[in-house]
Formats: sequence, structure tokens, C-alpha cells
Amino acid sequence: MNSFEFKDRTLVLTDELTISNAEAFIKFVSANLSDIRQNTKFSIDAEDLKTIDSAGVAAIDQVIDSLKKFSIETKVINASEKVENSLTAFSSLELSEKEFRKPAKLGYIENLGNMGFNLLDNIKYFIYLAADMLFWGVAGLFSKKGQRKGEFIIQSNLIGVNALPIVGLISFLIGFILSLQSAQQLRNFGANIFIVDLIAISMTREMGPLMTAIILAGRSGSSIASEIATMKISEELDALKTMALNPIKYVVLPKLYAMTISMPLLTIFADIIGIAGGFLIGITYLKLSPTAFVDRMANVMVLKDIITSIVKSFVFAWLITIVGVFFGLRAKGGAGGVGRATTGSVVTAIFMVIVADAVLGLLFY
Amino acid sequence: MENIIEVKDLITEYDGLRILDGITLDIKENEVFIILGGSGCGKTTLLKHIIGLLKPVSGSIKVFDKEVVGIEEEDLDDILMKCGVLFQNGALLNSLSVRDNVAIPLEQHSNLERKLINRIIETKLNLVELANAMYLSTSELSGGMKKRAALARAIALDPQILFCDEPSAGLDPITSKAIDDLLLQLKRQLNMTIVVVTHELASIHRIADRIVFLDQGKALFVGTLEEALNSDIKEIQEFFTVGRFE
Repeated sequence: MNSFEFKDRTLVLTDELTISNAEAFIKFVSANLSDIRQNTKFSIDAEDLKTIDSAGVAAIDQVIDSLKKFSIETKVINASEKVENSLTAFSSLELSEKEFRKPAKLGYIENLGNMGFNLLDNIKYFIYLAADMLFWGVAGLFSKKGQRKGEFIIQSNLIGVNALPIVGLISFLIGFILSLQSAQQLRNFGANIFIVDLIAISMTREMGPLMTAIILAGRSGSSIASEIATMKISEELDALKTMALNPIKYVVLPKLYAMTISMPLLTIFADIIGIAGGFLIGITYLKLSPTAFVDRMANVMVLKDIITSIVKSFVFAWLITIVGVFFGLRAKGGAGGVGRATTGSVVTAIFMVIVADAVLGLLFY
Repeated sequence: MENIIEVKDLITEYDGLRILDGITLDIKENEVFIILGGSGCGKTTLLKHIIGLLKPVSGSIKVFDKEVVGIEEEDLDDILMKCGVLFQNGALLNSLSVRDNVAIPLEQHSNLERKLINRIIETKLNLVELANAMYLSTSELSGGMKKRAALARAIALDPQILFCDEPSAGLDPITSKAIDDLLLQLKRQLNMTIVVVTHELASIHRIADRIVFLDQGKALFVGTLEEALNSDIKEIQEFFTVGRFE
């Protein structure tokens, strides 16, 4: 049963007007609007109203404001002291629109301009950061002051050693699948032995460094971005600055060094395991002898292939670290900001790794 | 007045370390009940047990006459719908604006239309003096503003019981008094029961009806503020004496 009804052009409230029936009250008034509009004054009798909460008060206020638009003056009458106090305490009638003014929405051109400025600002920041990291990366080799002792070992373990299983598994599967897909075609031409050329060169020059970089961008780049973003949002980086410590030296350098050492080692490991995947297809599916496989590999592989692999891995290591640190340091806005920084770092790092791979591929062609 | 919360022989441990050691207390309807004690004595732990966030080793906790220990999640939700909680650091959702934070309980647990919800949000934010911050992101708020926004969220549904974990900590004395006045107003206007964890003596003097004093996991004292001030328990005397400004 509703606790409101019309009696002699007066809306009588009984029992309670709370969050459970506030909406029904507004609908009741709307349904009887034509009756209410016959007079310029309207009363809400609250004599029998025992309980009212802030939702009830808001509902009455909404009715008062709505009727004001039809030039109807609404009054709450006969309210007990308690109800009257609630009406005053939770009233929203006096709240000016200005107080709750929404921030002005930017126009299309302004948004475009903002995006342009932000992009330029980010590029500038990225370049400064890269320069900063390069400087401290070199300077830090000669002076350990301001660096955290033992952190390099911990980070090398996290970034390098712990990534061995996943890098190994994925490289093996890549080598295996690459060889399997090519083996049928080569066998048609009786060119079985060329599987060695294909797998050895593609793994060392391309797939080894690229796949390792993509795995580390997802695994370690995201971890760097989220850790630094959290540190930034929780003011840990500011705390380091107030202790006269450079966050780049204290937090970033151990990760940069660990990445610089781990990535080439993981890449060489990926190259070997990937070739092992091809070796398995060579000796089983293509019936090559192990000796023939190894001999051919020694003939086709040159030092430039290995150097290409290592140079690429160094470049990728720096790109992933710089991108991770960049997104971490630019993070703002709490948990959501950390999530955005992590996603941004992974997507951007993978994109930049692929672009760099294309450029280096052309350089070492 | 009837008991709205009853805690009996509550024992809890972390890693073998006893945090609460046989706490027994009652909280009555429409009173401001203060949980008092030194740092690390288990005040917040007690609060989290009452609202079902932590499970005790043994003991009983009844809220609205329903046992909370071992309760099904759905039944606990029914109880929590009638409670509001102000966490120590606000615990606002950082990805949302102040308005959207306060809107969460109203949108999720009522069938009110958006227009009415907006009006309630405006009222609640006005009560905590945050009207001008309605559309700000919570990450743009100061510590005190976060706490006030969190209070607005906690009272969005006019809960029957309001739990506040250090509502005045980090606030200036004027804002702190305004929050205390608001708590008293909520108690008076909405018959709210308010459970407050606090250290602030000024605040205790302003709002306390009854107090529990915890020390090393035990409830040394449960009674009114006046009884506490006249208590001959050394720890309580020390607490009120050291904190007093002569």
C-alpha cells in the first residue's frame, strides 16, 4: 500500500517516505499533475509521516522544483519537528546549480589541439628520458653511488633466469613449426638439406631476437611499467627524490642493466633452441643425418648472423625498458592509471620492437 | 535501547599471533560507539570482523540479530546493504569521479531514477562540503577531501549503521568538527548507529555515547565517556591524560 494519497487537493503522506517508495511518490505526483495544476498552491501534508530519509527529502524537493516550473508554490505542512529537521538537513532546494557545474566540454578542435600538444609533450619526454637513461646507464657503470646494492642480481633473476622456460618453449615451437611448414615444399624439390639454411638463418637473424623481445615486452616490460607506475602514484618516487636519490639511478638502472645482459643471452638461447626444433624435423621428417645437419649449419651460418641477432637484442632490450619506464613515469590516477600504463607499455614496446626490427633488418641485409 | 551489534568472546589470530583476545561488547541502537586504543591494538581488526571482512578463530558476532561468523555471502550482503563503511584511507575507486563513487550504492541497490539519484548525490556531497568537487576525479582530491567523499559514499543509502575508521585523521580541526557534527546529525535525523574507530580526543568528547578501550587485543573497558574519564584503569587514564592539551 502506498503511504500517500490525495485528499481535498492536498497530498497526504503517511508512515514513511524513504528510498523504497521515493520513486513511487514522484510518479504518483506526476500522474495527478492535471489535478494539481488547477491551483497555484499545493500542499503536502506530513502530519502522519513518521519516517523520512534523505531519498524521501530529495523526492519532495524534486516535486517542489518540478511544480515551480508550472508556477505552483508547494508547501510541506503539519510536519513533526523531526521530519521538519530532516527536510532542512537534507534539503537540496538551496543548492545552486552553479555549485555542481560540470566541467566545460571541449570542442572538437580543442580536443584535437590537446591531443597534438600531448603527443608532442610525450615525444619530448620520451627523448629526454631516453637521453637520461643512456647517460646514467653509462655513467652508472663507473659510479655505483645512488644505486641499490644487489638489485641488479634480483632483476637479472626476474627478467632473465625466470624467463628461460617460456622463451625456450616458444622458440622450440617456432623452430619446429617453421621447419614443418617448409619441409613439405623442400621435399617436393628434393632440397631437404636447405631446411638447415632456412631454420638457422631465420632463427638467428629474425625469429630468435624478435620472439624473445615480444615475450620480454609482455613479461618484463609490463612488470617494469606497472611497478614504476605504482611507485609514482603512491609517491614512492617523490620519497626517493626527497632523500636526494635519483629514481632513474635507484629504480631504473638495475632493470636496464638486467635487461641489457639478459636479452642477448636469452636471444642466443632462443636461437639454439629454435634451431633444435628445426633439427628435430630435419632428422625425423626429412630423414637428414645429424652430421649432415650440423655440417650444413657450419657452412651456411656466418658471424654476421650471430652479430645481427645480438645487436637486435640489445636494441630491443633498451626499447622495452625505456618504453616501460616511460609509461610508468607518465602514469596518473590510481589503479586505472597503472592498468593503462601497463597496457600502453606492452602495445607500444611490441610496436617499436617490430619497427626497429624492420629498420635493423634493412641495415643488416 | 536494543542491541544492534553483539560481539561475544571474539578471538582472532594472524600467523599464530593473537590480535583480539576474547572481546565481548554490545552496541546499542542509535548510539555513537567509539572503539579506542593505542596503535596496533586491534581496533580496525575488530571493525573488519564486525562487517564480515575478516573471519575470527572463534567467537560470535551478531549484527541486526544475525550471526555474521560463518554467514553465507548473500546473507552478509543483506546485512551490509544496511551498513555504510568509511575506510581509513577513503578507499574510493580511483578510476571514477567523486559523483560516480557516491552513485555506486544508489545505482546498484535502489530503483531510483537518475534525476533523483543526482539530487541525493548533490545533497550528500553538500553535507560533506564537497559540492564543488562533484565532477573531479578522485585522484585530484586531497587526503581530507577523499575522506569526505568516502563519507558521502558511505551515507548514500542512509545506512542504519555507519562504521567509520578514523574519520578525523588527517583533517584540519574545523573540517574534523564539521564531520563530527554531521555524524551527530545523521544519528539524530536518521536514527543511525555510528561505530567510530578514532584516536582524536576532541572528536571523542564531541560525539561519544559509549566507548570500548582496547589494549593488547583485550577490551579493558566498555562504558560511557564519563565513566571512562573517571576510570581508575591505568591505560585509560594515561590515554586521556597524555592526549589532553593543558
